Amino acid sequence: MQPSVSIQNLKLNFGTVSVLRDLNLDIGQGEFLVLLGSSGCGKSTLLNCIAGLLEPTEGSIHINGNNVTWAEPSDRGIGMVFQSYALYPQMTVEGNLTFGLKNAKMPKDEIARRVARAAEVLQIEPLLKRKPAALSGGQRQRVAIGRALVRDVDVFLFDEPLSNLDAKLRADLRVEIKRLHQTLENTMIYVTHDQVEAMTLADRIAIMKGGVVMQLDTPSVIYNKPANKYVADFIGSPSMNFFDTRLEDPQAPKVTIAGKDVSLSEYEFTRPGLSGDVWFGIRPEHIVTGEAAESAPVQFEVTAELVEPMGAETLVWSSLDGTPLRFRVDGQVPVADGDLIRIGFDPARASIFDKVEELRV
Amino acid sequence: MADVTNTMQRPSPAHASGPKPRRVFSRNNIVIYGILVVLAVYYLLPFYVMLMTSLKGLPEIRMGSIFAPPMEITFEPWLKAWSTVCTGLNCDGLSRGFLNSIKITVPSVFFSIAVASVNGYALSMWRFKGANVFFTILIIGAFIPYQVMIYPIVILLREIGLYGDLGGLVLVHTIFGMPILTLLFRNYFSSVPEELFKAARVDGARFWTIYFKIMLPMAVPIFVVAVILQTTAIWNDFLFGVIFTRPDNYPMTVQLNNIVNSVTGVKEYNVNMAATLLSGVVPLTIYFLSGKLFVRGIAAGAVKG
Repeated sequence: MQPSVSIQNLKLNFGTVSVLRDLNLDIGQGEFLVLLGSSGCGKSTLLNCIAGLLEPTEGSIHINGNNVTWAEPSDRGIGMVFQSYALYPQMTVEGNLTFGLKNAKMPKDEIARRVARAAEVLQIEPLLKRKPAALSGGQRQRVAIGRALVRDVDVFLFDEPLSNLDAKLRADLRVEIKRLHQTLENTMIYVTHDQVEAMTLADRIAIMKGGVVMQLDTPSVIYNKPANKYVADFIGSPSMNFFDTRLEDPQAPKVTIAGKDVSLSEYEFTRPGLSGDVWFGIRPEHIVTGEAAESAPVQFEVTAELVEPMGAETLVWSSLDGTPLRFRVDGQVPVADGDLIRIGFDPARASIFDKVEELRV
Repeated sequence: MADVTNTMQRPSPAHASGPKPRRVFSRNNIVIYGILVVLAVYYLLPFYVMLMTSLKGLPEIRMGSIFAPPMEITFEPWLKAWSTVCTGLNCDGLSRGFLNSIKITVPSVFFSIAVASVNGYALSMWRFKGANVFFTILIIGAFIPYQVMIYPIVILLREIGLYGDLGGLVLVHTIFGMPILTLLFRNYFSSVPEELFKAARVDGARFWTIYFKIMLPMAVPIFVVAVILQTTAIWNDFLFGVIFTRPDNYPMTVQLNNIVNSVTGVKEYNVNMAATLLSGVVPLTIYFLSGKLFVRGIAAGAVKG
């Protein structure tokens, strides 16, 4: 099956600054792809290129097999939802929804039919005669999604659509977008810097840095088997603990942490037979305490230096042989600053990266 | 009991609740309002004198008490200034100049704002190649003294056959309004969120659709500001009016000068004052009608939708 959106050798320079570097990306039919990265990584730029709002310096963009590199945004079969909603302030909700259709000179009964359908899907029927100023943030974003919906497009582009909403509304609308994707089965490309949004919504996540895709995979692979140290550090909150150590003995691989030998016989090597300086990474949530620690293959004893109670769990900041260490304990377990805690982890769940290219070992 | 009366006279912070009590006659208020009153009198006094003088007969004016209200109100000077006073060759009063000024101001304001708003829109939204160079040249134009350009423009207008014509003056006003108005509109449209423009493009709107359907309705406050700026500037213009027109086409300001500065016969102060007030009516009315909108236009940039 041909990809819904295909990006080939895309480059974009602003003067001497190159924002996108030789980017290749294939997005399948009906796929939900999330572009994730910190600000300035080029994710919004890429989305604007796909939308046709920015002209690439080199390379081509194909949507449903058509080369749309030089096509107008409206001729690409895309709908876009913006962070600031970008509703036309002087038009009613209905006017906002129909603006694009009127520009396309669509017959009136067809416009009415589409508006009715979009309003029903998004539950904005009572708002149709209102102006955007009379809507709440969540309602505005719903109308903005509706504006993309009525155009009946193949590809939806979302540019950080939930960033302007408060935490609760954001969680609600996130679920709604996911439900919308299940109902419509359109291709959706979603830009965000929020990893929770990325993990929950995506079929695949593309993590970007400096105009390059660092890893493109399912949320589960990205979380469990990050391809490089940047991805490992970026995904997960609080982020992964890294130990500066040495990988030794390719036959019976092991590393040394705080003076203890940690056997890696259970670790799934991506590149077996390697030795040398490495980063040994373990996620805070993969460090266990209490009874579970007693049965863990690797055990240490650490002092709690700072405690952050969050209700369901408590985040403990500590250190092991000079390396900062964060881990989580159950919220019901009383922990205070200065407590001595026994911790343990399973090295099979760790991620190891070589120190030269910082790629997964 | 003593405690209670004490707190009632001088509320102490320990018992604070509700709005903080403020004294009307505080030292700050007296200073602020004092200065405002003095300034208001300073600006209104000449107006008062002009109004009073214009309503007096000449014998009463010769008595010299300029602040005194007229003993006998007469509208004769106003009628004379409007319809019979001689302005150079013609003796049909300011009415001719009033009509000329309207014929000059209305099209000049319309065309200059129409062109400048499209300029500003294109410069801030479409960022075509060389947009910055174009804008810089336009702004530099604002700093070249008018006197330098007068003779070349006279030749230019002569060559295209518009010299002395009202059309020529309209053209000159339109061009000279361009730098400041373009700057005004460019800055206003720059404050419009870029995503709105992008959304319109995704919705299939092109250059003119976006301008008329999206930008124009949002820019009403800045249009009002532009109309006020241009109307007052063009109505009050003297230099271009006297140079680029024939006596038949003189605007009101030039006629006013001819009335006030004529050296033959008796100085008719009351007619001069009436004529001056008549010339000022249009800008004054605009300020009064649009004062609120004017402020709203200035503040519009600060309000988020």
